[in-house]
Amino acid sequence: MINWKLILGIAKTHLITKIKQTSIAALGVTFGIGSYITLVSFMTGLNGMLDGLILNQTPHVHVFNEIEPSEKQPVAIYKEFENAFNIVHSIKPKQNQRKIHNALPIIQHLNNDKLVKGALPQIKTQIFYIAGSIEIGGNLTGIDVLKEASLFNFKDYITQGTAESLHNSDNGILLGAGIADKMSLKLGDRVQISTIQGDIFPLKIVGIYQSGIADLDNIQSFANIKTVQRILGEPENYITDINVKLYDIDNAIPLAKKIEQQFNLTAIDINTANAQFETGTNIRNLITYAVSLTLLIVAGFGIYNILNMLIYEKMNDIAILKAIGFSGKDVQMIFMTQAIIIGLVGGILGLILGYILSSVIDKIPFQTEALPTIATYPINFSPWFYVIGISFAMISTFLAGSLPSLKAKKIDPVHIIRGQ
Amino acid sequence: MKTVLEAKNLNKYFEKPVLFHVLRDINFKVQQGEFVSIMGKSGCGKSTLLYILSTMDTDYKGELYLNEKLITGQHRDKLSYIRNKHIGFVFQFHYLLAEFSVLENVMLPAKKLAEKSIAEIKHDAMEKLRILGIENLADKKASRISGGEKQRVAIARALINNPSIIMGDEPTGNLDSHNSENVFNIFKQLSEEQGLSLLVVTHDKDFANKTDRIIEMGDGSIIS
Ligand SMILES: Nc1ncnc2c1ncn2[C@@H]1O[C@H](COP(=O)(O)OP(=O)(O)O)[C@@H](O)[C@H]1O
Ligand SMILES: [Mg+2]
Repeated sequence: MINWKLILGIAKTHLITKIKQTSIAALGVTFGIGSYITLVSFMTGLNGMLDGLILNQTPHVHVFNEIEPSEKQPVAIYKEFENAFNIVHSIKPKQNQRKIHNALPIIQHLNNDKLVKGALPQIKTQIFYIAGSIEIGGNLTGIDVLKEASLFNFKDYITQGTAESLHNSDNGILLGAGIADKMSLKLGDRVQISTIQGDIFPLKIVGIYQSGIADLDNIQSFANIKTVQRILGEPENYITDINVKLYDIDNAIPLAKKIEQQFNLTAIDINTANAQFETGTNIRNLITYAVSLTLLIVAGFGIYNILNMLIYEKMNDIAILKAIGFSGKDVQMIFMTQAIIIGLVGGILGLILGYILSSVIDKIPFQTEALPTIATYPINFSPWFYVIGISFAMISTFLAGSLPSLKAKKIDPVHIIRGQ
Repeated sequence: MKTVLEAKNLNKYFEKPVLFHVLRDINFKVQQGEFVSIMGKSGCGKSTLLYILSTMDTDYKGELYLNEKLITGQHRDKLSYIRNKHIGFVFQFHYLLAEFSVLENVMLPAKKLAEKSIAEIKHDAMEKLRILGIENLADKKASRISGGEKQRVAIARALINNPSIIMGDEPTGNLDSHNSENVFNIFKQLSEEQGLSLLVVTHDKDFANKTDRIIEMGDGSIIS
């Protein structure tokens, strides 16, 4: 049975009489936790931004018609050569069209799936941008711009003009920022494009597209699906790609497999497409936690030192307390309480410091060509970091305090009293 | 007459630096209300004996009874409780918690015992300070009072839980004759008026002669 009020009273008196040392120990924790919060908020903010940069634009499952050689060559189907050893030289891909067969019913089917947030049709085609006598190769993608905006944050990448103005125009184009620069074109201008077949169409620039990835911005433009179908002279059911967004990204792999089997199409899931990306995120997290942990260990040693010193100075007090009937456990708790108070006060101040520093960083302007949607340094204000931060503080002070406290518990009062 | 404290065949050895038989077959009793002094040459084992009797030292052979109950072999936490409730200890050096006020020092053992409310404890503590004539010091810091005053605070603290016995290890050894006399009178009064048992180690022949009984020690044994 421990009288906590009494223990707390004694611990408080000890701490207050040694306010200087106590403050320094607490500040160590404050510094450690503050740095952790700042670092992790900034790092994960950065991760989130980079994730957004690529993953938000990337469909969870991308369905298309791959041009590839048939897996089964005709000779294998021929009964008479069933047991023969067939050698086929220089296999060529089958003459195939990029069009997805029955694309519209497939999209309908996918949209009815409970796991699917949305399945959007796209038409990808190669074109040339024509400026005077120069032809620049590029890609034109036909999209349903409003749905792209709602599912894939497409609006973030429209730096000039609006998604709505593209949606409302029959012959509008969302021109890649790199091409616009190269060809000195601006919003409202006209640009001529030519199909591979050589048909030339004038389109009106209703917006500028900038993803932040220069290679993409130098070739990629967007138009409405109908516009692209008209340019290509294809009917309304001509669709080359289907992009699927799921509610839960973990379902991407099974769904991709299912689509491949069911429709005989190629379906790439996001995990396969961006495996190396995950690795980068993990390494950045690892660095963050390694640095924070180091800071906390240093802070922990500070607490350990202070408590050790305090116990050394309070030898007499410990002997008196034990002589008048305090148990070893009581004395241990007195010093443990001090460690916990230091950890709690230092930790809470650390959370506040971390919050202030993150808020300051959040306000620092950060503008770069590569990241059109970012105006200030990204900060992730997740409450989890604060929970983890205070837990870290408590655990490290607990560990740092337990050794000296145990020592105090074991001090033999007779030994101290004789020493006088 | 009730026996408050009894030692049966107490023996103690120190193993370091060499094996040393410091207490040899100690047998004695202290009755309720008795004021007993222990005398003996320096180094004969008086302090060692007192630490055993006060339950702080458990490394001995023999048996120890408090209020006719065996306390040898009890668990440490139980011994802490016994020390808290039944034994008051006064050292040669005053041993107060320097950062606490006089009143807080006196209240501490009672707060630990937690049998009374804080208000009652405070009232009791003031009462003890009044008995010792130092109630005016109650709110002073323990480090800011004189040696004689500190010793009286220590006695007040030893009294706070109304213990069965008070033990003192040369409690006047550090005081001038006036203060020494003062402390003796307080002890005498406590034993006569409140029936308190006292066991006090002293070098002061005059002090010892005024007590009910003198236990004379020499080389780890009781001589008379
Ligand atoms: N921890 C110890 N280890 C070894 N010998 C000790 C220890 N404490 C005391 N002694 C010895 O035990 C003897 C008795 O000491 P003590 O009880 O303090 O004597 P007194 O109080 O009668 O002067 C002395 O000779 C002292 O040197
Ligand atoms: Mg001694």
